[in-house]
Amino acid sequence: MIVVLCLHVVLGTVAVAFGRRLGRRAAWICLPAPLAGAAVVLARLGEVLDGGAPTEVVTWVDRAGLDLALRLDGFAALFALLVTGVGVVVLVYAAAYLPAAGDDGVGRLLGLLTLFAGAMLGLVLADDLLALYGFWELTSVTSYLLIGNDHQNPKARAAALQALLITSAGALAMLVGFVLLGQEAGTFRISELLADPPTGTVVTVAVALVALGAVTKSAQYPFHAWLPGAMTAATPVSAYLHSATMVTAGVFLVARLGPAFGDVGSWRPALVTIGLVTMLGGGLRALRQQDLKLLLAHGTVSQLGFMMVLFGLGGDDARAAGVELVLAHGLFKAALFLVVGILDHQTGTRDRRRLPALGAGWLPVKVVAVANAASMAGIPLLFGFVAKEEALTALEEGGGALDRLALVGVVLGSILTVAYSARFLGPLLRRPATSPDDERAPAVSPAPSPAPPGALLLGPALALTTVTVVLGVVPGLGDAVLDAAVQALQPGSEPVHLALWHGLNVPLGLSALIVAVGLVVHRFRERLDGLLAAGSRLPSGGDVYVGVLRGTNALADRVTAVVQSGSLPIYAGVILATTAVLTGGALLAGGFRPPWPDVVDRAAHVPVAAAVVIGAVAAAATRRRFAAALFLGVTGYAMAALFVVSGAPDLALTQVAIETLTTVLFVLVLRRLPGDFTQRAPIFRRALRALVATSVAVTVFAFGIIAAGSRRAEPISEEMVQRAVPDGNGKNVVNVILVDFRALDTMGEVTVLAAAAIGAVALARAGRRPRVASP
Amino acid sequence: MSRPDPTLPTRLVFTAAVVGSLYLLLAGHNQPGGGFVGGIVAGAAVTLRYVTGGIDAVRQLSRAQPWTVLGAGLLTVMLTAAVPVLLGDSILSSAYVELDLPVFGAIKAGSVLVFDAGVYLVVVGVVLMVFESFGDEAPEAGP
Repeated sequence: MIVVLCLHVVLGTVAVAFGRRLGRRAAWICLPAPLAGAAVVLARLGEVLDGGAPTEVVTWVDRAGLDLALRLDGFAALFALLVTGVGVVVLVYAAAYLPAAGDDGVGRLLGLLTLFAGAMLGLVLADDLLALYGFWELTSVTSYLLIGNDHQNPKARAAALQALLITSAGALAMLVGFVLLGQEAGTFRISELLADPPTGTVVTVAVALVALGAVTKSAQYPFHAWLPGAMTAATPVSAYLHSATMVTAGVFLVARLGPAFGDVGSWRPALVTIGLVTMLGGGLRALRQQDLKLLLAHGTVSQLGFMMVLFGLGGDDARAAGVELVLAHGLFKAALFLVVGILDHQTGTRDRRRLPALGAGWLPVKVVAVANAASMAGIPLLFGFVAKEEALTALEEGGGALDRLALVGVVLGSILTVAYSARFLGPLLRRPATSPDDERAPAVSPAPSPAPPGALLLGPALALTTVTVVLGVVPGLGDAVLDAAVQALQPGSEPVHLALWHGLNVPLGLSALIVAVGLVVHRFRERLDGLLAAGSRLPSGGDVYVGVLRGTNALADRVTAVVQSGSLPIYAGVILATTAVLTGGALLAGGFRPPWPDVVDRAAHVPVAAAVVIGAVAAAATRRRFAAALFLGVTGYAMAALFVVSGAPDLALTQVAIETLTTVLFVLVLRRLPGDFTQRAPIFRRALRALVATSVAVTVFAFGIIAAGSRRAEPISEEMVQRAVPDGNGKNVVNVILVDFRALDTMGEVTVLAAAAIGAVALARAGRRPRVASP
Repeated sequence: MSRPDPTLPTRLVFTAAVVGSLYLLLAGHNQPGGGFVGGIVAGAAVTLRYVTGGIDAVRQLSRAQPWTVLGAGLLTVMLTAAVPVLLGDSILSSAYVELDLPVFGAIKAGSVLVFDAGVYLVVVGVVLMVFESFGDEAPEAGP
């Protein structure tokens, strides 16, 4: 399994790296990744169906107990099949859908799609909470890059950012929840955690945080706004990430944790309520969309709410229905997105009002669209019907108050689903506007029917539809896989047995009612518009998101205006005053008093020290900048002399070289400044400067003396000196320390140096082109 | 018109300083010196060229761009750090070989020398970068 994940990474990286040259051919390079994934899952399917769970563990950070544990149980296998299967389909589709040439982003998009597929596969296979979190974030990041792939489109960038911020904010809450859970349980291994779930207040908090992450990822109310926004992404991306796979991650997690933590706190009522509001709100909004893709996006939000209701409620039957719904939804929604992509590709629009009538040759597309929309609406002989029937049965038999509420909500939501499915199909099935014998037809000549799609464009959607139809007609075929999934969630669940015909019962009646009312709602949609608008009037997290983003920017502007005044004297003054106050304060508070230093160590110190003092005083006194720089140089060289006198030729050598260099560099920069220091400042400002300067000087002086005199422990340098030759093979202790004993420090310093140099160049260049750099 | 090349003294001193800096780099493990000091001395030598010939004289020194020098140095340092890890030792472990070279006699060469060479390159690169960013304008009218 781990090999397959690596294959995704390698192929995806290759496609991203060479995307410009490969273009849409990258799809064929990436295709082996999801194929291999599907093959691995299928190869182990027998073992999984027998109740086994092949596990692979790679130790990652041993000391921290971090493992990359992958576990393929029945539930993971179902999701893995969905992820890899839809992945294959979408890649093939993308090879025909994406523009052939002239766009740099195509290869990159395909590579990112493959990287996403790997992350998603890892997410469903992960058996370790932290690994799950890692994969979870990787899907968010790749989703961000995919939505924003058209990076010159500000709308795409904004949508990408919104998706990233909302899902990763939820994920951070989830991470805290995971850490709490892991600490309470003493293990981060999911299978162990679920077998013996911890309890207590901490667990309640942790589970609530985890649920928050799941709710944001699956675009549940009130965090649903990002998902319709994500529709700016290319259609293959929408079909894969934002309908079939990534958005079900939250549902996946709720399903996983539900059996163990369903009774914790208000898990059940909270998730069911959120799910119902999401389902109804999404359905209402879908009915008001003109863009077919947005219609599907709001429909996806609605269906995700449906899944959340089922898994949030829990219970064997509801869980089984949820698992079926995940599969059914993945199949029909991906196929419908592909259909929208076909329409967009062939006709240039996906607005239902502008879509031309589709004539000869479009029959296969129409069949695919009708079959999948019917599956979405829950019409018999399609898999969607089977799933919805199971859900209604489970809710109807549940009997509790929450089950009743859920049943009413789901029936209402399903009515909306039927209505928006019909709304989706309407423009596709419109007859050509003019036929010879139609007297009422407008006189304009009929627009030619757009060219029907090629086999490569249609094939993938057809493949998905086939599965929907086969499972719809002979649902028993899915029993084994679905049962394994349900048993993996809760061992000992009632076995899943799917059938088309359960006899004349309440769910069948409800189904008939749903379809009938749904069609009526669609028929009289215009008159119900006021009612439907309620879906858009629900207070949405999207508004909060915009508010928070604007507020943060405004706050940042104000803070920057105060902190970054642009005045060098103020910057320097603040830094120096802080140094003096903190250091001096610490010295005073700690009761340190400088001992009287030894006045003169050696005779040679006197002239050298005199030079240092003269240089420093002259630098402070002069009014010419160049002169000040040169006097500073005098001080520096005098310091070097001091080192020589004290017997540190190494230090002296460095000091001389540095001093030479800095003096020249000083001059280089000073050319750009006025020759004199600024005109006389007001008296109080000069007094302030004098105060800061004096206090810094006194503090540094006192600190130097106190620090030198307050050594208590054995100096570490003794050991370094002793070990230099035997361990470091060098007699120059300073160098041995730099390159061997403390080489890691040197490495860090060198990196900082390089970063500073790059920053300096960037600053200098930005300042050089003021017309480009500033607005 | 057979005056000697006016830049000759500078070039001679430059060459001497660079050789000296290399000596500091190579000898640094046992005598005063090291990659940092060596790099600074080489930087000072570059400064000399700048002072006499301006940014063009500095650019003529090598075809390598300043950031290439900087990056090469950083890469060398990182590789010296990473190779021991790949070989199963702890990060930045050092190794030594004793060589018997014709001119230099028996010497001990260590992987730390490579590390130090990286430091040398980074320092030279930083100096070059500074000239590249601040030094390529004709000086404005002096004060």
